Order: sequence, then structure tokens, then C-alpha cells
Amino acid sequence: MTTKTQRNPLRFLSGLSHAALAIWALVIIGPLIWVFLSSFKDTTEIFSSAWTLPAELRWDNWARAWSQAHIGQFMFNSTIVVAFSTFFTMLLGSMAAYVLARYKFIGSRFLYFFFVTGLAFPIFLSLVPLFFVLSGKTFPPFEVLGDLLGSKSGLVGTHTGLIMTYVAYSLPFTIFFLVAFFRTLPHSVAEAAMIDGAGHYKLFFKVMLPMAKPGLISVGIFNVIGQWAQYMIPLYVVPGGNEDKFMLTQGIASISVAAGFKSDWPALFAAITIAILPMIILYTLLQRQIQNGLTAGAVK
Amino acid sequence: MRHGKLPFVASFLALPIALYVILVIYPMLQTFYLSLTFWRGFDVDPVWVGFDNFTKLFDDERFWKALGNHAKLLVALPLITIAIALFFAFLLNVGGGSKGGVRTGVWGSKFYRVVFFLPQVLAVVIVGVLFQTVYRSDDSGLINGILTKIGLDPVYLLVNPSTALWAILFVAIWQAVGFYVVLFSAGMASIPAEIYEAAELDGASRVTLFFRVTLPLLWDTIQVAWVYLGIAAFDFFALINVLSQDNGYGGPDGATTVLGVELYNSFTKSNIGRASAIGVVLFFLTLTFAFLTLRASRRETVEY
Repeated sequence: MTTKTQRNPLRFLSGLSHAALAIWALVIIGPLIWVFLSSFKDTTEIFSSAWTLPAELRWDNWARAWSQAHIGQFMFNSTIVVAFSTFFTMLLGSMAAYVLARYKFIGSRFLYFFFVTGLAFPIFLSLVPLFFVLSGKTFPPFEVLGDLLGSKSGLVGTHTGLIMTYVAYSLPFTIFFLVAFFRTLPHSVAEAAMIDGAGHYKLFFKVMLPMAKPGLISVGIFNVIGQWAQYMIPLYVVPGGNEDKFMLTQGIASISVAAGFKSDWPALFAAITIAILPMIILYTLLQRQIQNGLTAGAVK
Repeated sequence: MRHGKLPFVASFLALPIALYVILVIYPMLQTFYLSLTFWRGFDVDPVWVGFDNFTKLFDDERFWKALGNHAKLLVALPLITIAIALFFAFLLNVGGGSKGGVRTGVWGSKFYRVVFFLPQVLAVVIVGVLFQTVYRSDDSGLINGILTKIGLDPVYLLVNPSTALWAILFVAIWQAVGFYVVLFSAGMASIPAEIYEAAELDGASRVTLFFRVTLPLLWDTIQVAWVYLGIAAFDFFALINVLSQDNGYGGPDGATTVLGVELYNSFTKSNIGRASAIGVVLFFLTLTFAFLTLRASRRETVEY
């Protein structure tokens, strides 16, 4: 009898913790399911029964979101830009990191810190002039680099400009992470390859890069998700007036404003669902790797 | 390793350095310069005005509202996120007692960990638009749809100046908690199970275990989390941009404005001097914060 009364408060506490976990899970999943269901409703249903099932699966909401609201176009834009920007981030990032980690030369320590300090600066510090640098607009006393990018071409409002920007801003973390990774790789393998007559380039592409694969995957995932989610940089680099070049994030944000005017709420719900679904599917398939990749910088 | 080393090193560094200098470092330097000028961004060159942009900024009511909101976010975002994440991480890793010398979480731990982390893979701004629909003032919103169904008055979370910022903050917490659950879980996994067993033999309850064992041994990780979330409080932009009233301009009446939003607004109005000055202010704020937290939270680390 005494043991029972002693255990009761503990039971209560444990029940409470289970309830807390279940409630938070519901708070996470609830809105996602609700948006998914709402994407099949018509306007009347959305207003009259926010939390009941749709009467039928209205795929035409999805079709309207995909073509009329240009979600298909935005998705395509994001895919192209992120594919290129992640590829070049990884290529240039691993090249720089490899050299900084394994070669001793004058200024190598300085260059490492030069890249890594980029992590400490808020992006707000460079956004406005970035727009002018990309548009080729120069002003005294900063004319020097203006013509380097070509004042005629004008990279504002282009995917090329956005890709270059993503790569540049992803380099500090990528280099920081990969330098640490390349340093852990054994020297014996590299020396053996050198004795076999491999040059510097061959050594990097054929030996070191394959050995660094686990590290590359982690930063790669980090960069893909980070660049895919980027919203502020495209606002400055691909500003309004370039709607056909918008990223998915910009597109969804602009639809949410436009849907208010056209009051096509079902299409908005469908648009959100289309934007979210690929990420959820990807996450379900690769959740271990994605968790590792996103927390890579913090867990050490 | 000797011959052809320098050309090789140069060839691998040239492009990364060029991109980084031209698109990151160079614009940063320009911001400092532009913050001391008046410029509309058009063909006429910037005009040197000294600290005019800063003095105007310090007289600007919106600037102080933004700073006030950063202060609220700076306290609330880390505090609430870390508290919730620590609680859940403890339940998911230690709460189940020990089995065969290994600490286990409560029932369903794996499932919860996967679900809690999920918002992390979604773009912030898309999460923002999602909650725009959740918070909607009429019956089509998730919250008000339910409230009116059960006969309660609707709430206007984003319209009411006293709740708007907190409603937006909730979205940030909604997204962040899972990340810190995973982060803290990694930290907790490295705490030896014997320490918990010894404490339990001494009759420690789960509450005592949490405060006396987990919390002190996790201090370093919590410090990292605090810095991350503090910086996130300064970086607030996307959620305000899609969730706040006045077309994303920190409404109602500046109640939710932050410096990133003020900066973007000045930029779109071609007020380059003001925009740059705000960038400089944010730079110093972020740096000061990082420096102070790293200083203040440095305390004896427990060796185990």
C-alpha cells in the first residue's frame, strides 16, 4: 500500500511527460496535415469547415498552383540554381579547404582565418552593396572591382548572379568544416600515391576527394538545404520585376500576397503543399544523413 | 610533394578567393563607406554626410521599436527554445531508465525525434506562409476555424499589436526546437550511464537527475545553443517579412519590426545610406552579443 502511494506521483509525472511529447508532435504535424487536406478543398469548404475532410480530391487546385501560380516554374528555377550552386560550392570549397589543410605556404594560416571570419559577419552587412556589385554599378572610391564583373552584363536578376552569390556565401562554412575534415585524413595514403607518381591534381581528385566522402556528404546536405531555403539573398539579387526568375521561396511568399487579392485560397494551400512535400519525402528517406548534415557545424 | 607546389596551390585558391573577395568582403567594406553617405543608388555619386545616417537613425522611433523587439527576441527565443528542447531531449534520452547499462528514452523516442526535427528541413519563409494561413483572422484560419466552431470568439494574433510579435516568435520556436533536441541528445549520449546509475542508487529522482547531472554536464552544448539562438534573434527577417501586417513591414505600426526588415525597406525605397547604417549597427550588435556571451558563460567545465 505504501509503495503504491509513493509511486503515484511518479506515474503522474511520467504521464505528464508523455502528454507533453504527444502534444508537441501534434503541434508539429497538425498544421502540415491541415494544409495538405485544405489543398483539396474548395473555397466554401475552407471557410465553413477549417478542420474537416474535403468532400473530394480536387487536384485542379494543384494544377492551378502549378501552372497559373507558376509553382512549377519556381520549383524548376530553385532546382537549377541549387544544383549548380551546391556543385560549385562543394568543388571550390573542397579545393580551397584541401590546400589550406594539407599544404604549408606563406599566408596559408592567414587565408584560413580570412575565410573563417566570414562566418562571424552577419549577411546584412553586405546585402545592399552586393546588389550594386552584381549590377555593375560603381561609385568612388570603389571603382576598382566594378568592371571586373562587367558593368554591361549586369548579374542582378539572373540565375548566374544568384549561383555565384550562393557559392561565395557558402564558402566560409564549407571551408571551415572541410579543413577540419581533411586534416584528419591519414598522410600515409597520400605519400604512397605520390611515390606511385601521382601529381598534385591526381592526388586530390583520385585519392583525397574519395576519402573525404563522408565529410563532403554532410556539408553537401547542409548546403543544399540551406541554399534551397534561402529567401533574403534572392530578394536582393533577383528583386521584383524578375518574377520569371524567382526562387520557390520568393514565389510562395508572393503567391501568399496575391492569393489575398484573387482570393484563391485553395491554390495557395496547394502551392504550400507542393513546396513542402518534396522536402518531407526527402527527409523521411534520408533522415539520419539530414540530421547529421544540418547539425554538422554544431556537434563537434 | 615539392615540384609544382605553388602553381597548384594558386590554381586551387584563385577562384574561391576571387568570389569571396568580390561578393562578400568587398561589399562589406562598401557598406561601412555607404553608411556615411547620402545615396539614392542612381547615377549621381554618393555624397559624404558623416554620421548623419546614424544620428537620424537614433532619432527614429521605428529604429528603437526594432531594437526593443530584438531585445525581446534575444531573451525569449533562446530561453523558451532551450527550455523545451532540454526537457524533450532529457525525456527522449534518459527518461526511460537504464537497460543493460545504457540509458534509454521513453517509449516512442525514435518517432518523436524524427517528427520534432522535421520543420528544420523546411524553408523558413514557407513555414511563415504556412502559419499565415494558420493564424488567419477569419474562419478559414486553423485556429479561428476551431475557436468559432466550439463557440469561442476569434483571436487576431497577428493584427493585435500586443500579441503579433509573440505569435511570430512561436513560429520560430516551432521550427527550432527539433534542431536543439538533436543537438542536446548528442551531448547527453556522451554522458556515461554510470553517473546516472550512481545517482539513482543514492535515491535521486528524475527531476534531480536532470538538474544535478544532465544540466551541468551539458553546459558547453547549451552555451553553443545560446549563441546560435541569440544570433538568430538578430537575423530575424523572413518570418516578419511574410507574417507581419503592413505588407510585411513589421506591422501593426512597427510592433513587430526588426532591423533586417527596416534595412530591406530602406533598400527598396532606395535610401541606401539608411540601409547601410542599419547593416553596420547589426554588425556591431551581433559581434558584441557573441563576444559577451562567450565571455559571460565561460565557467568551470566539468570533466568526466
